[in-house]
Amino acid sequence: MIKPFVFLLLLLPALLLAGAFWNQTLGANPLEAVIRNLGDWALRLLLLTLALSPLRRLTHWGQLLRLRRMVGLFAYFYAVLHLMGYLWFDQFFDWGEIGYDILERPFITIGMLCIVLLTPLALTSTNAMMRRMGKQWKRLHFLVYPIAIFAIVHFFWMVKLDVSEPTLYAIILAVLLGERLLRFVLKNKR
Amino acid sequence: MLIKKGKFIKDHQVTDYSVYQNRRDFIKTATGLGLAAATGGIIQPSFALSKPTGFSTQEAKTPYKDITSYCNFYEFGTGKADPKKYAKNLTTSPWSVLIEGECEKTGRYDLDDLLKPLSIEERIYRFRCVEGWSMVIPWMGFPLAQLIKRMKPTAKAKYVYFETLYDPKQMRGQKTKALDWPYIEGLRIDEAMNPLTLMATGLYGKDLLNQNGAPLRLVVPWKYGFKSIKSIAKIRFMEKQPVNSWQKANMTEYGFYSNVNPQVNHPRWSQRKERRIGEFRKRKTKLFNGYAEQVAGLYSGMDLKKNF
Repeated sequence: MIKPFVFLLLLLPALLLAGAFWNQTLGANPLEAVIRNLGDWALRLLLLTLALSPLRRLTHWGQLLRLRRMVGLFAYFYAVLHLMGYLWFDQFFDWGEIGYDILERPFITIGMLCIVLLTPLALTSTNAMMRRMGKQWKRLHFLVYPIAIFAIVHFFWMVKLDVSEPTLYAIILAVLLGERLLRFVLKNKR
Repeated sequence: MLIKKGKFIKDHQVTDYSVYQNRRDFIKTATGLGLAAATGGIIQPSFALSKPTGFSTQEAKTPYKDITSYCNFYEFGTGKADPKKYAKNLTTSPWSVLIEGECEKTGRYDLDDLLKPLSIEERIYRFRCVEGWSMVIPWMGFPLAQLIKRMKPTAKAKYVYFETLYDPKQMRGQKTKALDWPYIEGLRIDEAMNPLTLMATGLYGKDLLNQNGAPLRLVVPWKYGFKSIKSIAKIRFMEKQPVNSWQKANMTEYGFYSNVNPQVNHPRWSQRKERRIGEFRKRKTKLFNGYAEQVAGLYSGMDLKKNF
């Protein structure tokens, strides 16, 4: 019941962005605005994915966990669009220049790393793959934690001067990771 | 390259300051009477129609709307839209400029007195931001050299230092620690005296809007935009090289010279290309933003990679 609704909700940022682009309300530099906005949503949904299990523990609302895969896949969807935005609107598929960027610009390097690491997680997100991989699946999907950290580092390294936005995301991630660490410590004490 | 060199500016291409000032006053009155919309188009066209002077580019001008809504002016916030949103509170009239340091005519000058003997002319310049975007802006202003000559700098004056107004009450961004306020910029005296170096008072034939650095700003078209300091309240002639705000904020990323140079990348991003606002594809960035003919001589023998 709730799933189609959430699906549309998660698609909404992309639709609004497309609408704003069409109506030319993205300001003087719309292509940059598109790239930045897609990156913002990739990061937000990645953090939301990580927030769902603590939220479930907090609210005891079992439905939440069933949404996690969809939110995670949407994070990947926005991350891929973000990458496409960079390849097309920023570099116009100038592969030499892109290669140079990956090698020389740390914020591009780590951004690419995020996409590369996210891809196997998206590909193994089906029920069949979960069953087939068994314990390996959990181990592989542990990667989401370093990916979230790298994504925020990517943001920090991109910003010219004002780091207030990436700082906000870093605090949210610190809370989400801290909660898990705390539970881990408490569990091992017992 | 569309820059024509060595042409004299004709009389009809410049506007006498007193005429310009009358327009300023008239517009102020007209605004008060709610007539701006009706009269604005009638008052200004002689600026708009004035032919570009010898230093101007013929390239397509960036729309007024984009120039006045996409700004970096951290005194009003670090977002591109912040200056337009928050610069309204800045009072630019009356305005005074303090002139100090190594010159004979030190003192506090009322802006109107400072401008009185000068002619305002139009200069259409390329403008390249260190972030990788660019515009073509029809500035109104006068060569900085004219002001400098009047102040009679001494032999010790090797650099010119500029300071933006510091008033956190009017400039909300100054309440934060984004940069070390007040904003500071500097030029070598020969850079300041170069005929390209402009003190701007307007654009598109109108007075500068606050978000673009009203009432008086520097325009150094062959350097990255942050060198073109806005809302200038202080000018000082100095023997030693001043430390500009962005250099102070990050020594490894921003230097004193900050000349546009596609060969010298920002440590974190490429400077080889730029997005001209309003265009889809990127352009190749040119050495000295395309003004090499006029300014390359200033840096002969200098290592531009070291002196970035």
